[in-house]
Parts: sequence; C-alpha cells; structure tokens
Amino acid sequence: MRFAVISFPGSNCDDDCVRVVREVLGHDAYKVRHDVHDLDRPDVVLVPGGFSFGDYLRCGAIARFSPVMTDVAAFAGRGGPVVGICNGFQILTEAGLLPGALRRNVCLSFICEDRHVAVEGRSTPLTRGLSGEVLRIPIAHNEGNYCADEETLARLEGDGRVVFRYVAPDGRRSPEANPNGAANDIAGICNERGNVVGLMPHPERCAEPLLGNTDGRRLFDALLAAGADGGSR
Amino acid sequence: MKGRITVQLKAGVLDVEGTAIARALGSLGFTASEVRVGRVFEVELGPEVANDPAGAALVLTDMARKLLANPVMERFEVEVLDGASGAA
Repeated sequence: MRFAVISFPGSNCDDDCVRVVREVLGHDAYKVRHDVHDLDRPDVVLVPGGFSFGDYLRCGAIARFSPVMTDVAAFAGRGGPVVGICNGFQILTEAGLLPGALRRNVCLSFICEDRHVAVEGRSTPLTRGLSGEVLRIPIAHNEGNYCADEETLARLEGDGRVVFRYVAPDGRRSPEANPNGAANDIAGICNERGNVVGLMPHPERCAEPLLGNTDGRRLFDALLAAGADGGSR
Repeated sequence: MKGRITVQLKAGVLDVEGTAIARALGSLGFTASEVRVGRVFEVELGPEVANDPAGAALVLTDMARKLLANPVMERFEVEVLDGASGAA
C-alpha cells in the first residue's frame, strides 16, 4: 500500500510516519510537499503532527490553504482514507473536513505524556476491528481541547463518530482521564462517511518494540487491513 | 484605508486564558470578575477600497470569515479606520 504523508513547513512527525510505514509495516510511504498538487496515487493520506506554519494565527489555520489541501479534500471526497494526527487533526478541522475545533488545553500548558484512549463508535479505516479496546498512546499538544456546538456534539455522539475517547487505564471515563478539557472526553472523531479520521494522540510514536509500546501499530495495521479490502483509489 | 479586526472567543465558550488572567488580577488586588482575551489585527488595505469605507468593511469581514476567525469558537468585529485621522 502507498501512504502519502503531507509535509508542511513546521511539520515534525512526517518522518516518524514514513518510518513506521516503511520500516515497521514494510509498505510504501513518501512525503508530499504542501505546495504541490500531486498526491501521486496514494491508498492512504496521513496529515502528520507538528507545528505547521509555526501554529501562527490558529493551529492549522494557514496550512489549510496550502495547495495540496485541495487534493487531500478531493481524495477524501472520493472516499479515500485520510488520517490527521495532532496538528493534522487541527488542520482537518480548519479545512472543514472534520467538524469542530481544537482550543487551548484547559490547564494552559503543553502536555506530553502517555494517555489511554478507548476505541469506540463506528468502524473506520483506522479503527476497524479495534472497537472496545483501550490503547495507550502518547499525546503531545497545547491545543487539544476539542470543542463544537451542542448540536454538532449530539450528532457526533448519535452517529457513532466519536472514535477515540480519553479514559482511565481500566477503560472508565473520569474527569482525571481527560487531559485537556475536551468536550465529552473526545480524543478523535471521523467524518460522516467515516473515511476521514482525526485524533490528538500519536500512534506513530508507539508502533515498534524499541519504543516500549506497540499499541499505535494496531491502528496502522487496521489501515492496512482496510486497504486490502477496499482496494486502491 | 486601514482596518481593524478584533477576534474573540464566543460568549458561551470558556476562555481559559482569560480565567487565569482574572485570577492573576485578583491576586494583585484588582476586582475582575471576568476577563475575555482577544486578538487585534490592523490591516493596511489596498487601493481598490481607497475612499470606500463600505467596501473596506466588506473586505475586512471577508478576511475575518475566511481566515482570521474560526466561526466554530470565535466571533469578530471589524472597524474601518480613516488613514488620515486614525478614527473610525
């Protein structure tokens, strides 16, 4: 399978994503610059974490106007799987590919630590076969406080579009398990069609034994399985 | 023609930064029951809206809608400033 990893000025998890796909999964991954209009026929598009355009104005607000984003939107429109991780999630919300917005953490500090998330909701290319699992994945963000108006939140919940939720290690929800104040403990959501997923945790940072945690690999494996079934686009 | 766009979190959205500032003001002995933090953008507009305050206001509003404010969580106000006097 071919994974296109989008690189904006200030992206810093693009190489990590490429490494996981190539070295851990043994599949094809390549970076696509923000200022080109050619995704080069990928099966999956990853919008990685980092600080695109220095996080100026709002996280993702400037990246969303990059030329490549029209191609990402078109790919998503054709049903292609698009995964936004951390800053990538922020970019996808700014681009309108996912609803809501990510505000500053309630604690007003950058948080970098392992967190547990429950996989739930409907099946997506990233979460297929993992519903009900609790994964330990690191987060690293200053703006991960998911918000949306009540109507949008109700729709997300009603349609099973909350696909990752911060929980305690035993899978239970609690105020302490929510690191950033996100509405409904939301750590990740998907679009209406289910092919665009955004999440704050970083699965690419915990996908190989050397790093002491392979929970993130399960999400990448799910992408591979989804691709094997769905065929290329 | 110059314009000013002020962007703030919507009224219903908790302003965590403002809350922290209100607390800091309180520790200095000030009474500040609420602080809302915003951002101000001062924009020097192009010749196409010279001497056209209504047109300038439309351009500023368009800028705010498309880029400077995120309608999910923020609201904005625009002011057209007369370059000569600096007054709205």
